[in-house]
Amino acid sequence: MGPFLLVTIQVDLYDRLALMLESDLVQAISKSGAQGVLIDISAVSIVDSFMGRIIGNIASMARLLDAHTVVVGMQPAVAITLIELGLTLPGVQTALNVEKGMQLLQSRIRVADSEEDAPHGDDDAGSPE
Amino acid sequence: MRHTGTTMLVVLNKDAYSIQREQDVILFRNRVKEFAVRIGMGVVNQTKLITAASELVRNMLRYANGGDVLIEVITRGRENGIRLTFKDQGPGIPDIKQAMQDGFSTGRSLGLGLPGTKRLVSEFDIKSTVGVGTTVTIVKWKNG
Repeated sequence: MGPFLLVTIQVDLYDRLALMLESDLVQAISKSGAQGVLIDISAVSIVDSFMGRIIGNIASMARLLDAHTVVVGMQPAVAITLIELGLTLPGVQTALNVEKGMQLLQSRIRVADSEEDAPHGDDDAGSPE
Repeated sequence: MRHTGTTMLVVLNKDAYSIQREQDVILFRNRVKEFAVRIGMGVVNQTKLITAASELVRNMLRYANGGDVLIEVITRGRENGIRLTFKDQGPGIPDIKQAMQDGFSTGRSLGLGLPGTKRLVSEFDIKSTVGVGTTVTIVKWKNG
């Protein structure tokens, strides 16, 4: 299992900063070979269409580099606002908090691994008998 | 001050800001938040108002290279609210009806700018003259 990248956004980002985060993160995925990216937005009070697009872009770019992205900690008011605004963030996996996000990433990567291993007949220990 | 129906709209407090650079967006958003907190607006309505303001201020930067924003605390009857007026001297919008449709965009955005923004606020008004500029006014009532 490859390492996870944990990104915590601590401030409301202005556009150029958000674009820098996007490119830095994609570079970091490529360099580290991370299979999972966890983005904690619990400190972000405003997600507008620009910020939403950046989050969606990061998830799509990570997918091209064979990494799964999970966004965690979205504030309830942000979720309400995003949906009314019309931004549903398709393709972005979410979890309630960091712990649940980690579990989701681990399970997704295990599933991906076992699919890869399946032809070799690898299986977990403990037969039905 | 003007009469709207039977109740009068009164401006209690106001402040004007010039938006010229993208860094101004965050500062401006913080000002809006301060005003909203001061009138006791709840977190969900605050978030909707600030997000709407963020969309409009971004439009102003993208299409008109900036402009001016007026923040006002207003009261009508027993209700308090925040009114924001975004005024730019950009190219203007030739077809407002089209611009207010979901999915329409001339820029690089997702095309949910204006209609999405309208859904977030209590009142939304847009006036635009090609070659002169655009003025968008939004109101978010404290409990609206």
